[in-house]
Amino acid sequence: MDPILIHLIKIVGVVGVLLFICAYIVLAERRICAFIQDRLGPNRVGIPIWIRKDGRAIQIGACWALGQPIIDALKAILKEDFVPGHVNKFYFWLGPMLVMAPALMVWAAIPFGSTLCGVPMIVADINVGILFVFAIASLGVYGIVLGGWASNSKYPFLGGVRSSAQLISYELCLGLSVIPLFMQVGSLRLTEVVRWQTEHLWLICYPWNWLPAIIYVASSFAETNRAPFDLPEAEQELAGGYNTEYSSMKFAMFFLAEYANMITASALLAVLFLGGWHLPFVPVSGGIAVGIAHICIFLAKVCALALVFIWVRWTVPRVRYDQLMGLGWKVFLPLALVSILIAGLAIVAGWSPS
Amino acid sequence: MRIERKPLTIWERLYLPAIISGMMLTFSHLFRKKVTLRYPEQKPEIPPGYRGQPVLVKDEDGRVKCVACQLCEFVCPPRAIRIKPMAYPDNAKYKKVEKTPDEFEIDMIRCIFCGYCEEVCPEQAIFLRGPYSVTGLSRKDMMFNKEKLLELGGTMPDPIKKWQKK
Amino acid sequence: MADNPTTPTPAAEMVNATINGIKVQVPKGTNLIEAGQRVGVFVPHYCYHKKLAISGNCRMCLVEVGGPMRGPDGKPVLNPDGTTKVTMAPRLSIGCNTQVTEGMVVVTNSPAVQQAQNSVMEFFLINHPLDCPICDQAGECKLQEYSVEFGKDASRFREEKVHKPKQVDLGLRVMLDDERCILCSRCIRFMRDVAKDDCLGFTNRGSHTTLTCWPGKKLAGNYSLNTVDLCPVGALTDKDFRFKMRVWFLKETKSICTSCATGCNIVIWSRENVVYRQTPRENDAVNECWMCDAGRHNYKHINAASRLKKAFVSGKETSYADALKQLAPKLKAALADRTSVAFVGSARATNEELYLFSMLAKGSVSDCVPRTWDGDSFLVNADRNPNSAGAKIFNVAAAPMGSKFAAIADGIKAGKIKTLVVHQEDVTRRGIGADLLAKLSLLLVVDFRPTETTKAAHFVLPGVTYAEKRGTFTNAKGRVQRVWPAVSLGGEERSDWEIFRDLLRETGQPDRFADIVALFADMAANVKPFAGLSLEKIGDGGVQLG
Repeated sequence: MDPILIHLIKIVGVVGVLLFICAYIVLAERRICAFIQDRLGPNRVGIPIWIRKDGRAIQIGACWALGQPIIDALKAILKEDFVPGHVNKFYFWLGPMLVMAPALMVWAAIPFGSTLCGVPMIVADINVGILFVFAIASLGVYGIVLGGWASNSKYPFLGGVRSSAQLISYELCLGLSVIPLFMQVGSLRLTEVVRWQTEHLWLICYPWNWLPAIIYVASSFAETNRAPFDLPEAEQELAGGYNTEYSSMKFAMFFLAEYANMITASALLAVLFLGGWHLPFVPVSGGIAVGIAHICIFLAKVCALALVFIWVRWTVPRVRYDQLMGLGWKVFLPLALVSILIAGLAIVAGWSPS
Repeated sequence: MRIERKPLTIWERLYLPAIISGMMLTFSHLFRKKVTLRYPEQKPEIPPGYRGQPVLVKDEDGRVKCVACQLCEFVCPPRAIRIKPMAYPDNAKYKKVEKTPDEFEIDMIRCIFCGYCEEVCPEQAIFLRGPYSVTGLSRKDMMFNKEKLLELGGTMPDPIKKWQKK
Repeated sequence: MADNPTTPTPAAEMVNATINGIKVQVPKGTNLIEAGQRVGVFVPHYCYHKKLAISGNCRMCLVEVGGPMRGPDGKPVLNPDGTTKVTMAPRLSIGCNTQVTEGMVVVTNSPAVQQAQNSVMEFFLINHPLDCPICDQAGECKLQEYSVEFGKDASRFREEKVHKPKQVDLGLRVMLDDERCILCSRCIRFMRDVAKDDCLGFTNRGSHTTLTCWPGKKLAGNYSLNTVDLCPVGALTDKDFRFKMRVWFLKETKSICTSCATGCNIVIWSRENVVYRQTPRENDAVNECWMCDAGRHNYKHINAASRLKKAFVSGKETSYADALKQLAPKLKAALADRTSVAFVGSARATNEELYLFSMLAKGSVSDCVPRTWDGDSFLVNADRNPNSAGAKIFNVAAAPMGSKFAAIADGIKAGKIKTLVVHQEDVTRRGIGADLLAKLSLLLVVDFRPTETTKAAHFVLPGVTYAEKRGTFTNAKGRVQRVWPAVSLGGEERSDWEIFRDLLRETGQPDRFADIVALFADMAANVKPFAGLSLEKIGDGGVQLG
């Protein structure tokens, strides 16, 4: 088969599945938060399969609100796309795009399976995979700053500044926290990271990787604007944030990008610490069935981690902005540096299998 | 009053144990009984004295208690009430009451359920009572006329019966 | 009213007095209520009315009165500081029947006066039923108002109230509720002294005193409804207005009664573009405080369902602008030969409308419909057109009025007159029948209601009634008085003067009149009797033409 066609299929598949999971993770978020608060959450809209003569639809999955993401998307599209008169229109439009595009692009370098029919289950297996991921992911901050600035209104502007400060601060911790892993693996290629974990234990199994894991998880909460670090969009305290002036689909883009980022963060966590598509007692290589099983294992890990993100959000209260910055610079940054030292020691001492 | 803030112990300053115990708590809530009332199918129990929509009442003898004084129309903040008064016809049973509403309309789109009409009524003829679900598919549906308001209101016993003494 | 201060005896000798410490100078013979009013001291009263004989039976206007103390020598006794020593009368006096004398000292707010007012109010309310929710007077009831201002907050009366007849039909137009009557006798005095129809009186005694008609008599004259205005409580009510609308909802608009040439000043009471009643407005130069029942009830046509709210072209409904567009070339062509056009104006139109109408009709034959039947010696004029004087000033009416109808009819019959313009009149009842109207090549009617003439018309432009427009009327005595718009039907109808202005513009005359003020100014500049006048100068009370 034409390699370009194969790449196209992979790209379409990845983006399609990603957007599908984004849509349903929103529903999951609403259901889970409702359950945590002893409510029911959305439980009315199913997927219509037949319209009866009396005009009522027969629908499936209504009690799980399986149709909710569809009508939510419809609603977002059909709402008035209001552009305030005083904004810089070009950058106002560019903002949500710049947020959405990197969120999808990072998936190019994330291995979501082993191989299927001899085709590696990664869009682009680059040798500096993790650098690519972090570089592209950090572009999202431009969208946020642009959106906040182009709105030409004080609340989005302050929100944009606040968000960019937060994102840039935590990118540092995020980057430092994964350095020990690559020291152990000896490569920046993400497929190599997964392969290393199939040959040895998952990286999370080594005690000196626990601290990096905690820093990584906390930092990715901050990077994806999620509680307890969701100050960029703190509606109650800070009149929203960079997206205050946005409406309709442009707002939905910001919203969607946040969930896409969350899934990306979960996927990276799965790849870096939890063995990617690997599961003990599942063969590392084999036929089509094994390839599909690996993809399913990976997706299961991503979804489970995304659910943890949601679970944390509805448990932990939002921190204050000074606490957020203090945590990032005064706690996580030194701890990440220390963890690099510990990992180095572990390698030198020969505790690490590499 | 000043409350001394206890310094956090090292264990507490780690935060992680507290976060994990909190997550355990929220996890346990996933399986608790839900308090949601599935509204259109399940209806809340309306306590007596509930201030729902305004209705007109009759006394035990079936007399419309309203005498069309139009005070509610006057006091109504959103001007939802419209009354057309009329004199009782000569052969009417309650001719001595003299005045009665010919038409009494409440625009339930405008009504804000403030209860001023009930408060101002000198004849205790209008009450905010049980019906709370006021819906309609057109503006016309939401114009509640005298017959509809009386049907919703039913009978309200009149302890004074001043018209029997007149 | 500020324009017409009431002076009991003009050019009388003036006397000085002090009311609540305020010095006042009034003509001799002025009573204390009027004198108080001059300096802003209000003395409550029920039975007193400035246009009626003094009865002094309500006792609401009790005040403390004193005067300069006189010594045994008859000279005023002086205080040590040289001022006159004042002695107060030991008992209170009624303000209505006490005239101001030189040096009089009046106190209307002392504890004694307040106690008296409080007690009088309590007496009134002993037998008065508390049926304000039903009573039509609520909102303009003196008993309610004084009860709040001067009365007690609760009743001490525990016994059974005296029951009197309710819903007594006094005559054609008035309903009486005897329980509500406070026996002030204003109505009796009005019918006896002003309407000269002595039909009301009291029977029985004490708290059983009852207002009633004398045996064999009815309160049925043409002025009976003034008793309803006079009644301070809800005892006398107008059957027409009874239970129709609460007075506090009604908007008051100053206007002029257009039922006859007297031009009584009135107030139109309307709510949400519906007229509910008309009451007289005080103007001593015209109608004092009164008006006739016929004029009072002559408002039903304003909100009649049959009103024309659209323009009509050959009987088909259309918009005003469209009708005007179709009409303009035809009217312009017709006016090229002025002798082939006849105009029937209306003596019910305002001066401004007649002025514009006269400009339209210049060079053509024009006339108005005369309406004359029995008048009386009080307010009803034999001429039932409200603006005959104006029609004559602007030469819209022939002399004598109505004398040219035969000529117009003949002209149409002979085919000489091909175009007829009619304003607010039904010419089929004036000798120009439907058969003659059918011969016309152009019949334009400006009217607010459908008539036989509008049915035959090629063009009908919807006008308005006096309650919907601004303008002036000239009454039989040559007094110019204004009307203001009270209601608006919200259809295609226009003020008649706007229609005539549009017609003038469409037929090639310069468009000079942006609004009624500009129109009146133009009229004042060009028509001699109105020289020097403006709408502002006419004001509420009107101006007598020179």
